[in-house]
Amino acid sequence: MAHGRGLSVKIIDPHIHMVSRTTDDYQALAISGIHTITEPAFWAGFDRGTGEGFKDYFNQLTIAEPARAAKFGIKHYCWICLNPKEAEDLKLAEEVLEIIPDYLDRPRALGVGEIGLNKNSRNELKVLERHVAIAAERDELILVHTPHLEDKLKGTRLIMDAILNERRINPSRVIIDHAEEQTVEEIKDKGFWVGLTLYPNSKCSPARAVDIIEAYGSDKIWMNSAADWGVSDPLATLKAANEMRMRGHSKALIQKIFYENPKAFLSQCPKFEAS
Amino acid sequence: MATEKSPMSAKEVLDTYFLENRARILDIASFLDRIDRAKASEAGKGDFRYKAFMKALKILVQSEGNRTKALQVSFSDLSKEPRKSAAGLKGAYGAWEGPFSEDH
Repeated sequence: MAHGRGLSVKIIDPHIHMVSRTTDDYQALAISGIHTITEPAFWAGFDRGTGEGFKDYFNQLTIAEPARAAKFGIKHYCWICLNPKEAEDLKLAEEVLEIIPDYLDRPRALGVGEIGLNKNSRNELKVLERHVAIAAERDELILVHTPHLEDKLKGTRLIMDAILNERRINPSRVIIDHAEEQTVEEIKDKGFWVGLTLYPNSKCSPARAVDIIEAYGSDKIWMNSAADWGVSDPLATLKAANEMRMRGHSKALIQKIFYENPKAFLSQCPKFEAS
Repeated sequence: MATEKSPMSAKEVLDTYFLENRARILDIASFLDRIDRAKASEAGKGDFRYKAFMKALKILVQSEGNRTKALQVSFSDLSKEPRKSAAGLKGAYGAWEGPFSEDH
């Protein structure tokens, strides 16, 4: 429960890359009332050379990191995939796609993610379609990474088209993350969930994210820190919640954005239980 | 679409956010002055990012009510077809160079 200056709400951070963070960050999350987190598979900052490297990474996500989080009283869940930044190499992609179902079976894996596009290329799109097919066959939740900056609008549209082309996928079981002002309305109109990422410089500031809530509403939307190995802030959700409090939004609305909404989406996977 | 109306009055918004945004607009002015003073200033002003930035400033003062979305769209790649290849590409520039830029 976050108590800073009267902010007493429960918070779930549904997108944070704890493999890149220190134990000090786990302690900060625990003290701040962020007791449930989910970690999508992502790019390590360099391209991995073999499928074997991904086995190690998926073991870290499904076994090592939940154990590290538990020492701080934090429930840690994860998502499994080959991230789009490494999808250009189709041979590597095939190796990784083959092992993904084994790791999706694990108790801490909530679904397929963060899949999507990075530079909106043909190969990235092929690999995205393969991931979507795996999710459809297994009835998995999907967490989507959308491209950065000038690539975001086009990439978000390509991603949504690819997912909607797979008729077995229900959009209400898909969250399109890193949404911004140019994509929120289209994502909502197509029935997907919206993720807002609070990340310095390249994504939303807390103030802009709250502006988006005021402009586009609070239904089917969550916020996350996406804190990773770059300049980022694992307590960004807390700061956005405080921005809402400072503007005079109700505690019930803050609780909806930072706890009830992510809980509702994630609870579509029976493995998930919020702290 | 349902919205969550801001509880703040315009006066309260100004009281809360004016100073930080005054500082930001001074930073923008200083950034443009820095380009003016820099070596090869005219060449820099031909860069697609500089042009996109100047276009954005016009949108900022000409639009009303939905400036952020308008700016985001103005910086965006508006093509529709997937890129042929992402080999060697990872990051983004923040502005779109225009059609055919991927083949450069």
